[in-house]
This record gives sequence, structure tokens and C-alpha cells, in this order.
Amino acid sequence: MRGWKPAPHVLLLLPAVIVLAAVVILPLLLSLYSSFTPFRLTRPDSIYTFIGFRNYQRLFTDKEFWIAFGRTVLLLTVALNLEMVLGLLLALLVEKATRGQRLLRTIMMFPMMFSPILVGFQFKFMFNDNVGIVNNALQSLGLTDRAIPWLIDGQLAFTSILIAEIWSSTSVFAIFILAGLMAMPREPLEAAKVDGCTPLQSFRYVTWPFVMPFAFIAMTIRSLDIARAYDIVKIMTDGGPAKRTEILWTLISRTAYSDARMGLANAMAYVAILLSILFTVMFFRQLAKARQQIGAEW
Amino acid sequence: MATVSLKNLVKKYGNLEVVHSINLDVKDREFVALVGPSGCGKSTSLRMIAGLEDITGGEIHIGDRVVNELPPRQRNISMVFQSYALYPHMTVAENMGFSLKIAGRSQAEIDAAVADAARTLGLGELLERRPSQLSGGQRQRVAMGRAIVRKPDVFLFDEPLSNLDAKLRMQMRTEIKKLHAQVQSTVIYVTHDQVEAMTLSDRIVIMRDGHIEQVGTPDEVFRRPATRFVAGFIGSPTMNLREATVDDGKLVFGNGDTLPLPAEFRDSVTAGQKVVFGLRPDDLYPAGHGIHSGEAADVHTASVPVTITEPLGNETLVFVEFAGDDWIARMLNPKALQPGEKIDLSFDLSQAHLFDAATEKTLRR
Repeated sequence: MRGWKPAPHVLLLLPAVIVLAAVVILPLLLSLYSSFTPFRLTRPDSIYTFIGFRNYQRLFTDKEFWIAFGRTVLLLTVALNLEMVLGLLLALLVEKATRGQRLLRTIMMFPMMFSPILVGFQFKFMFNDNVGIVNNALQSLGLTDRAIPWLIDGQLAFTSILIAEIWSSTSVFAIFILAGLMAMPREPLEAAKVDGCTPLQSFRYVTWPFVMPFAFIAMTIRSLDIARAYDIVKIMTDGGPAKRTEILWTLISRTAYSDARMGLANAMAYVAILLSILFTVMFFRQLAKARQQIGAEW
Repeated sequence: MATVSLKNLVKKYGNLEVVHSINLDVKDREFVALVGPSGCGKSTSLRMIAGLEDITGGEIHIGDRVVNELPPRQRNISMVFQSYALYPHMTVAENMGFSLKIAGRSQAEIDAAVADAARTLGLGELLERRPSQLSGGQRQRVAMGRAIVRKPDVFLFDEPLSNLDAKLRMQMRTEIKKLHAQVQSTVIYVTHDQVEAMTLSDRIVIMRDGHIEQVGTPDEVFRRPATRFVAGFIGSPTMNLREATVDDGKLVFGNGDTLPLPAEFRDSVTAGQKVVFGLRPDDLYPAGHGIHSGEAADVHTASVPVTITEPLGNETLVFVEFAGDDWIARMLNPKALQPGEKIDLSFDLSQAHLFDAATEKTLRR
């Protein structure tokens, strides 16, 4: 070993680099490599067959994949928008509370404290067409006399998943927007009143621009969340009925583990990650713009 | 352009009454300052006029309308806040034109009004900047621009200069005065700084604990303070105020020192009455170093020891011991004095004030 003497900074960074390489970089490279092979878990030696971009080429013409991709984007768009509107309303209401606001804030966060798996089970139970509370309530109220097949009809199942997703995560928006509202200086609002704003105009021109960056942070977090959504869907419908609620990660996990086609699944995963990166970049741009707009010092 | 009147105005927070039935008439185009220590109710009163606080009792008239129930936007007022309260996400031009935009004016009209205000306030180059890119003085100017753009009936200023440093404050004070001369609008100006109130306003309203102590021109409140509080609040350095007892044409202080009873008050006090004697530092000076150059009518001289001196260059504040207490005297054309040195001190009693010790009201008739 004489003569080989690495510079101190290299030496000091080495342990971290080794750990990172072992747990992140190597698996990443391996999975990337395997996406260029027909690797099947049932035939381990298939990992040595290099097939170039054939998996990716196949994906581009794979209708099932693109439907799942589109459905994920749809889920993401609808859920994010509804969550933001509901979260905003919730935050505005809680901010108005003069007493017990702390308690309300805690209660508001309850849904976030449950594991998504449990949320999935709970909603699966609630939306059950025979014994679920939803049908029970609708029938008792006389709104319908038939058992609505919530999780069996394709569109209704998607809606049910959406509701579960929104229930569990609206508070993310509410908390962030509430933080924005509470950090907001009062004087510009008073100035707006004097300047002739109705309450609605005050919100539109003063409050909203101020809380927008906070909403974008929540958007970024939630878009990543939903782009990798898996657990709630897995439990509630498992992509069914007849793949009507199949989203990216249920499809990927099915391809990888049930069908054991790891190479193809890895190719799908890399395309899926592009989606997440896209949304993150988009929201961060918006965030930067909004921050600059309000002259934020953070 | 409008008058503003407060009639028996009351403000309560729960059971706590913070403004006690005050009355005030502000004339059209008048500049009125509400001044007083913090917590005296001046800002609360202003915010009630603006419509930002509910009115518990009484009435506010702007022009010939009772505005109690009107929201701020229907009162045709504009307000300049202590913290500027600019909209952080709008440019200077957008900030200034915002009220017109809300009122639905055309863009051309807004641009013209903003350009006009920017010219008045020297904001021309800053129109495209955002508030975060401006200095404190510039922000305050934008806040004033926002106020004048909408040509309101009444301008309300809530301690607009308190966040600025001393030098900038003086400069902005002058600008506000010029601005008022230009726009010729009714102004109600809240401040805790008596110098601002004195220099800017046509009339000063001195408030304390939710009451109005005195309303008058700067000259009136300075020369003829109605109460002991006003006497102590207006003027810098503050007036020397000491308790004394009237006895046979003399004022007897706690330690037995005496001063002749000022001629003006001879008929308004009775022997044995407890009073508060007030004399401004301007009217108390080492013999030969006063403002009135020895021609004043009623000067009493006593030999007293100097405690300390505070030289200011053009003048020196001399602390002297009299009647068992430190009094502040102002020495013009100063010469060096040593602590402990005995000097001849002139009391110009023609300028003295007497207040009843119990009611604290002036005994001047």
C-alpha cells in the first residue's frame, strides 16, 4: 500500500460513498441494467441476456401500460385539485376559529395518522355493497333502494378510491395552507378592506397569492405521493374489476412479482419515475415563481 | 373633501372600555393629530373611523353620513399603516393602482392616476419594483401613494413614521406636510411623537386612557395646557412639574423652599390649596442666559447648586437642585458650569403654569 495515499477529503468521504454505493447506487444500476434484459424471477440466468431497448419498445405499444399511466395521471389531477380546494376551505374555517384552534388542528390531522393500508381496509369495508355503511346509509335515507356496487363497477370503484385518497390526505393541504394563513401579516388585509375590497376580493387578491407557495409545497409532496400510490388501491380493488382501477404501481408490482417479469417491470418503473420527476419540476417552478412574487425571504 | 365628527364614541373589548365617550369635530381639509402615550385609545379611535374596528357606542359622521354600519370600502377613506401594509406580490404601480382596479376603473385611468401620484412622491423609477426591493422610506412613500391615488375624503395615518430612523422620519415629516398642502384633504394622523404632532397639524388632540385631555392648536397646547398631563406630555425637555401649597402669595414646596405666586394666578387660588407648579426649561435659566433676555415681566431669581449639565452645543441643559428635587433649566449661549457650583437661576414666572393638585386641571382662567 505504500505510495498510495489518497487526499484527506477523499478518505473522509469514502465511508459515506461505500454505504451509498451499497444501498442506493448498486441496486439502482442493477435495476437499470435489468430493464435491458428479459429477466424473470423464475429463470435467474435470464438476467445475463442483454436485449437492449426491447422492453422499452414493448412498453410504448403496450396499451395496458399507457391506460394505467393515464389513470394515474387522472387520479393525481383530480385528487390534487379536490384536496387543494377542500384543504383550503378547511384551513380557512380552522383559521377563523378563535377558541379550540389547537384541538381542531390536531383533529384535522387524524387521517394522516393512519396507515394507508388501514385506510384502504376501512373504505373497502365502508363501500362494501352488502354490509357497507355507505349503502346502508343511502338506503336508510331512502335515496336508493338498490345496493350500489361501489367497488365492483369500474367507474364507481375509481371514485371510491379517489374518496379514500382524498379523505386520508386533504389535511396535508389544510395544514400547509393553514401555516401560510397564520404566517400572513394582518395589515395588507386591512389595507385591502380600506382599498375597497369585498371579502371575496380580499381573498382573491391578497390572501390567495400569499398562501399559494404553501399550497405548491403541499402539491409537490402530494403529487409524489399519488404518483407512487399503491397501498390503498391494492387493498380496495387490487386494480380490479377487470383492471378498471389499475394504476402504474399496481401494474408494475403485478408484472414484477405475479408474472415474475422483473426486467419489464423495471422498465415500467423507470418510465413511471419520469412522471414523478416531471410533476416535481413543474411544481417547484411554480413554487419558485410564487415565492418570488410575494417577496418571500425563505 | 369632508368633515369628520365623533359623537360620544365608545369602544369596549368585552367589559373593558378603552375609549370613553369621546367627542371631536374635524373640519374639512383640517390636519388633526391624535397624540398620546401607547394604550391611550388613539389608534383604536382611528381604526373605528376607518371601519376596521366595530363601534360599541356613539356615532361617527364622515361628511353628512353616519358611517357606523358601513364597511371600510364605503367610507371613501384611505389609510397609511405603521407597517406600510403593502401587497408583497404586487409591484409599486400595482400597489398604488389597486384600489382603482377594484373600483373597476379603466387601465388608462389607473395608469394616469398612478403616474400622477408617483410624480408627486418621486417614485417614478420604482414603479416596476416589488415592495421587498424597497427601503423603508420608499415603502412608506408607496403606502402614501396608494392612499392619494384614490382621492379619498379623509386620509387616516396610523403612526406612519414610527418604523423609520430618526433622519428619515424628519424628512418624511416634511414630505407629509407638503403633501397635505398639495392634496388639500382632511387628515387624521395618529402618533405618539409629540414633535410630529406639533410640526404637522392644525390642531392636536391629546388623549390619555381613552379620554381626550385637550384639543387645540400646537400653540395653544404648548402655551396653555389644560391639564397637568398635557403640560408634561407636550414639549421637550418636559416641563418641570412640582407639587406645592399656596400660602400668603407664595408657593411653598415640600422642603420649605418658596417661590412667589405668579401674578396671573393670584385670584384663582386660595390659601392652603394644594397645587402643581409647572415651568418649562425654556423659562428657567441661569441669569442672563434665557430666551427672553431679561425683559420678561415677572422674573424671580434664586441661588441654587448645579447637579449636572448636558451640553448640546448651541445650548446646555442644566440640572439644578431646588425645592429638594432636580429641575431642568435651559441655558442659551452656554458657558461651562461645574457640578456643585452655585448659580443665580431665573424663574420667568410670567410663563408659569398652575394646576389643581386634585383635579389636575389648569387654574388659569
